[in-house]
Amino acid sequence: MIGFSADTASFWQSLQERFVIDLKIGEGFTALVDFMREHFGLLFDAVAATISFVADNLTLFFNYLPAPVVFGVLAALALWRVGWRFALFVLAALYVIMSMDLWPASMDTLGLVIAATLAALGVGLPTGIIMAKSDTLQAIVRPVLDFMQTLPAFVYLIPAVIFFGTGRVPGTIATVVFAMPPCVRMMNLGIRQVPVENVEAGRAFGCNGAQLLFKVELPLALPSIMAGINQTIMLALSMVVIASMIGAGGLGDPVLAGIQQLRLGIGFEGGLGVVILAIILDRLTQSFGQRNKRGAGLLTRLKTFFSRNGKADAT
Amino acid sequence: MSTKLSVEHVYKVFGAHPKRALERIERGEGKDTIFAETGMTVGVSDASFEVQEGEIFVVMGLSGSGKSTLVRMLNRLIEPTAGAIRIDGRDITRMTRRQLIELRRREISMVFQSFALMPHQTVLENTAFGLNVAGTSSSEREKRALDALDAVGLKANADSFPDELSGGMKQRVGLARALAVDPGILLMDEAFSALDPLIRTEMQDELLRLQAEQSRTVVFITHDLDEAMRVGDRIAIMEAGEVVQVGTPEEIVREPANDYVRSFFRGVDVTHVFTAADIARRDQITVIERVGVSLRAALSRLQEHDRPVAVVHDRERRYQGMVSVESLTERIDALGRREEGAIEEAFVPGVEPVAADRPLTEIMTQVAECPWPVPVVDEHGRYCGTISRATLLHTLNRTEASAA
Ligand SMILES: Nc1ncnc2c1ncn2[C@@H]1O[C@H](COP(=O)(O)OP(=O)(O)O)[C@@H](O)[C@H]1O
Ligand SMILES: [Mg+2]
Repeated sequence: MIGFSADTASFWQSLQERFVIDLKIGEGFTALVDFMREHFGLLFDAVAATISFVADNLTLFFNYLPAPVVFGVLAALALWRVGWRFALFVLAALYVIMSMDLWPASMDTLGLVIAATLAALGVGLPTGIIMAKSDTLQAIVRPVLDFMQTLPAFVYLIPAVIFFGTGRVPGTIATVVFAMPPCVRMMNLGIRQVPVENVEAGRAFGCNGAQLLFKVELPLALPSIMAGINQTIMLALSMVVIASMIGAGGLGDPVLAGIQQLRLGIGFEGGLGVVILAIILDRLTQSFGQRNKRGAGLLTRLKTFFSRNGKADAT
Repeated sequence: MSTKLSVEHVYKVFGAHPKRALERIERGEGKDTIFAETGMTVGVSDASFEVQEGEIFVVMGLSGSGKSTLVRMLNRLIEPTAGAIRIDGRDITRMTRRQLIELRRREISMVFQSFALMPHQTVLENTAFGLNVAGTSSSEREKRALDALDAVGLKANADSFPDELSGGMKQRVGLARALAVDPGILLMDEAFSALDPLIRTEMQDELLRLQAEQSRTVVFITHDLDEAMRVGDRIAIMEAGEVVQVGTPEEIVREPANDYVRSFFRGVDVTHVFTAADIARRDQITVIERVGVSLRAALSRLQEHDRPVAVVHDRERRYQGMVSVESLTERIDALGRREEGAIEEAFVPGVEPVAADRPLTEIMTQVAECPWPVPVVDEHGRYCGTISRATLLHTLNRTEASAA
């Protein structure tokens, strides 16, 4: 510590001045963005128009649906895919959302999540397939995915705002980009993990490329693909909440209000709404990843449900 | 029999520059040297053999000797580096992608070691896989798949899923899937190796039974000698990528090409490989039955050579019976001084000849229980020699000695 004098400090200072030049990364980035806005404006407009069409219509649709229909459909899905306990949970949870007066916000969020998920899957799943087929592409895409997943969620908002302004569209786009990596990864992984002999069997019986993909690889990779889709939906939900900072709307608004105005109650209610949606979406999508081959249909489920209750009554 | 499949100087090199490795092989460098110096693996080197229509051709060798590589080149799941593979005379290494797919759909199918069934499909759907891929109509598909399942005894499980079946049943589905497309050639890569010994034998019998019903050309890969001996009409033995010997099980047991081949037979029970004819000896005295051969002349021949028994056959060498010093003496004593008895009257009772092609395992008890050497006859009833207890013991001993 004694040796650390003002002299050494100024020595480093002079070194730094001499050798470290300003690379002007920030300016370069701004230039790049300007360039892209200038030359790809049409493309951005097209993307924005598509996204806005899908997102607007989906949110409109969910808001248009009478609440009892949503209750019924979600509860029926829960009963079919998971079980009667979960169906009861879904009914209770939706009731809680209504009681918090967060129904429209929840439907907005649901619409945005679904729109963003559809877009993410539309781009992500084919990318994953190509990535599984080409080692070169995997070598290129993988670091990009790593990079995307280490970036903090907020960072995605910046380019979205720059290119698309504020509102629902940039919110959805940021969400799409943020939520895409898991489905790309899991599709790639799932296909690569199909046992060699199954692929060989496919080829040995004369599959062409498409048949191999659809008759062997995708079905065998299905659990992994569904896990990827599940993660994508979960990420989309978390991002949609964050995207309310740039005006995407939905359940993020009360959370944001809670933070900005220190209104604990409102913030908590918004958070609870998000958690409820997350649980419902998570359990439902997870259930599609498990192979239910006996095809226990809704009817069977209903039957076991009632017969079980009947027994419970009798005792 | 006609040649179904012929493999001509086929090579497979895994690595970046296969042609360079081929040049090295040409210069006489070994697999190990090539690997050490270039990092390339010679999977199969200069394999040549022919498989006849309707035979089970076994390829046997230690793990890593190139069996899987070889069999996968027969349907080009692995591309050969050099050489020709002809099926019904057509060189498949020259086929276009489309022709190859067509070939795989109609002409050649495969059974895998790990079964490789599709877990999301029922047994029936799995069985119909090849037909489905080939675009067969769904009604015909179902019918043919059911027939194939019936053939392997699994019709009742058509609606089960693979994970509800035992290993043996899964492989029956694997077999049914391969049979459903009615292929000319069936490739089986260690198809029974993952099964318990008992189930394994059962599946071998199943294969032999199916083969007896409708014989197909089968290329059967195994690392197990017993299995090779049981199912194989002919066996090719592979060592470090090379086919070192091709022959019938007997030929290979009798004259192993080198120590590697010989090492397979250590500790192996050869009694089901050898047939009666293999160990029968022609060292008995024979008496040709004709009018006027006297009991006394026969007896004196025996005494002259100091032998207890003699074999009687006719002029066409057809076996008639066996006489002994005692049986002859007894008969002569019973007859009057001047009487000449027929030699049949002196035949030793209870000596039954065995057929030349019976395996040793089946005749062992008979040889062991018979007080006399057991005569062996061919399909025309001609005498081929006898098997004494001593000969039998000697053969068994030799097996055990090589086992030790
Ligand atoms: N795809 C591959 N790439 C590189 N080497 C391989 C490949 N497949 C097989 N080999 C090598 O080729 C040799 C023969 O392998 P294989 O045919 O699987 O033998 P086996 O079936 O008799 O056990 C082994 O040395 C193995 O390591
Ligand atoms: Mg193998």
